[in-house]
Amino acid sequence: MNVVETNLHVPSNSETPIESTRLRQGKLVSSVITLAHGGGGKAMRDLIDDVFINAFSNSSLNTLEDQARFQLSDLAQYGDRLAMTTDSYVIDPIFFPGGDIGKLAICGTVNDLAVGGAKPLYLTCAMIIEEGMQVSTLRQIVQSMADTAKAAGVFIVTGDTKVVERGSCDKIFINTAGIGVINQGYQLGVHKAQAHDRILVNGYLGDHGAAILNARGDMHLSSPIESDCAPLHELIEVLLKAAPNTRFIRDATRGGIASVLNEIAEASRCGIEIRETDTPIRNEVKGFCEILGLDPLYLANEGKLVAVVPADETAAALTAMRTHPLGRDAADIGYVLEDGRAGRVHMQTSFGGKRIVDMLVGEQLPRIC
Amino acid sequence: MKYVDEFRDPEMAKVLLKEITKISDTLAKNLKRPVYIMEVCGGHTHSIFRYGIENMLPDSLELIHGPGCPVCVLPMGRVDDCVAIAEQENVIMTTFGDAMRVPGSKRSLLQAKALGADVRMVYSPLDALTIAKKNPDKEVVFFGLGFETTMPSTALTVLKAEADGIKNFSLFCNHITIIPTIKAVLDSPDLQLDGFLGPGHVSMVIGNQPYNFIAEHYHRPVVVAGFEPLDILQSLWMVLAQLNLGEARIENQYKRVVPERGNKMALTAISRVFELRQFFEWRGLGSIDNSGVQLNAQYAAYDAEKKFVTPSVVIADPKSCQCGEVLKGAIKPWQCKVYGKACTPETPLGALMVSSEGACAAYFQYGGARIENMQAKQSQKIIPIQPVIEEASL
Repeated sequence: MNVVETNLHVPSNSETPIESTRLRQGKLVSSVITLAHGGGGKAMRDLIDDVFINAFSNSSLNTLEDQARFQLSDLAQYGDRLAMTTDSYVIDPIFFPGGDIGKLAICGTVNDLAVGGAKPLYLTCAMIIEEGMQVSTLRQIVQSMADTAKAAGVFIVTGDTKVVERGSCDKIFINTAGIGVINQGYQLGVHKAQAHDRILVNGYLGDHGAAILNARGDMHLSSPIESDCAPLHELIEVLLKAAPNTRFIRDATRGGIASVLNEIAEASRCGIEIRETDTPIRNEVKGFCEILGLDPLYLANEGKLVAVVPADETAAALTAMRTHPLGRDAADIGYVLEDGRAGRVHMQTSFGGKRIVDMLVGEQLPRIC
Repeated sequence: MKYVDEFRDPEMAKVLLKEITKISDTLAKNLKRPVYIMEVCGGHTHSIFRYGIENMLPDSLELIHGPGCPVCVLPMGRVDDCVAIAEQENVIMTTFGDAMRVPGSKRSLLQAKALGADVRMVYSPLDALTIAKKNPDKEVVFFGLGFETTMPSTALTVLKAEADGIKNFSLFCNHITIIPTIKAVLDSPDLQLDGFLGPGHVSMVIGNQPYNFIAEHYHRPVVVAGFEPLDILQSLWMVLAQLNLGEARIENQYKRVVPERGNKMALTAISRVFELRQFFEWRGLGSIDNSGVQLNAQYAAYDAEKKFVTPSVVIADPKSCQCGEVLKGAIKPWQCKVYGKACTPETPLGALMVSSEGACAAYFQYGGARIENMQAKQSQKIIPIQPVIEEASL
């Protein structure tokens, strides 16, 4: 998939119709993806036109150049720094309660930009597809990406497609890179946590990790747990307006909230204490973890952030977050210690004890008994 | 969460802790050392660290983390054999999650998987049987391990394989049995222990009576304990109460799960397919007579050790490891020479660093604060390790 020049206000109803670049728009005839669809010839062009351009349609993409182009002056209206990020999405199963790999690929990259204080603007989309995938499945994923991108107000402006032999990848891998612009006022940094700062989260933790483990079906549990997969940039905007001196925000993806807290404690050379009783975890997720011997603090999230906020802005931050649907269950779960050991995260257990919350070593594996 | 929160009530914990402190302080004053209680089971070790129980206890009471983590006590040679089977052509190796990480002398199952072996995580041995049914042209091996807790499910799987006429399923059996192990701990010369928390889930299968010898011969109280934090505190209090009265009895705190005489169906299944091995090697503890089980002659067709050729080489633990001394409570994990230096959860040298139920990994992951306190205390006074338990020789 090739692409083109954009001006900032890319219209969603495509001012540059595909017809302006192509004499005739390609139409996919096969119902299954084969190696031919990655071969650079007509089959690939049909796939790009029929599946990708149709769904992602915007004036930049539709010009089908090899790169997206941006006017610097247009970008500058949003702030003084560019933010850029990339992430690859490999997930089994590709469809799960609460989302799919396509939605995840948009939300994840939007969130990686937004937690730096950036307004997410443009995304790329590179796909590696295993031959044999049903075209209808691919369409479903691409449509989900398009819908999520539209809802998040970002444009997919360039991309790439490869098809690999059966067994060389697991159904589909997606990489999205993103560009955003950071407002002059925001100076977030992982090393900026200070004594007495509060640790806030925007809601229930561990939903995504539990939903995915459960969706794999090995446990044969019927459970209402859904992935929390969601774009967080609006919520972050709300949070930063209410608490402009917020020190740091990160989305708690792989490794869960425990990993993020350890990263903060290490980079800021501080100790952090959280309270189990104030840490929001759904009963369903708790129960799931009890059965498998897992710790929800290490479960992945795809729509949860950890924010380090100065004590005097905490009330405003919480009130503001709770006005947004994705922050309704926001909670103050702990604080940065004054005399804590650098790099150490503790938890006051609901039972009244105290334990270390360390970085996860390797993968979390269920215990024998 | 219903049926869980009731067992994690911090207010009840305070009441129990007050009582525990009162008795323990008195006992320690008379003993002129802390009271030492061993929790045998790795599940207890895990709970103790997860809920921060160790940090709540008075200085007069110390917990010794026992040998009841089946992943931790598995010797390297057995892991090597398992990897050797997994790496054979046409084999699908199946096992529980945390068994995949146990290091062999060359590699773990997880590493063997990365190098191309077909290793799959299952939640139950019955899942392994399902895989065998789905892959009739493959040999499916279940790497079975654990005490009496997991033994019945393995036994039932073998029985089901027989009933369903499945020939491409076999068991690499590393199941071990708890009683000889506790006896070995009690007979160890460099150990001092005042009482035990008995393993709740093992007892659910075998009942309480097999522990009678601990009270009768070794005069130590045993309280079979549940795994919720209040279970553990109540059980500690029950052990202390016995010690305070100079008693040594077997008590059952985990009555909601543990029947006095165990689970008859489970025991029948175990006795139908398994027999004791004369010798079984333990990591850190050496060989313990009659502590392992294997499939009996009738079920030999399901024995992976008979189906496959394995190197069967005994690999000595690394010299620097002091797992054995930690297992017997002779030293604390952090007193080991390599703890946290050469031996970490990322690069475990010793068995106890492998599973989150292992005392060293649990200390490393959850227990730092307590270690820091103890190290500070330790630098003030060295607690001598007494060579022999007085009563044990009676």
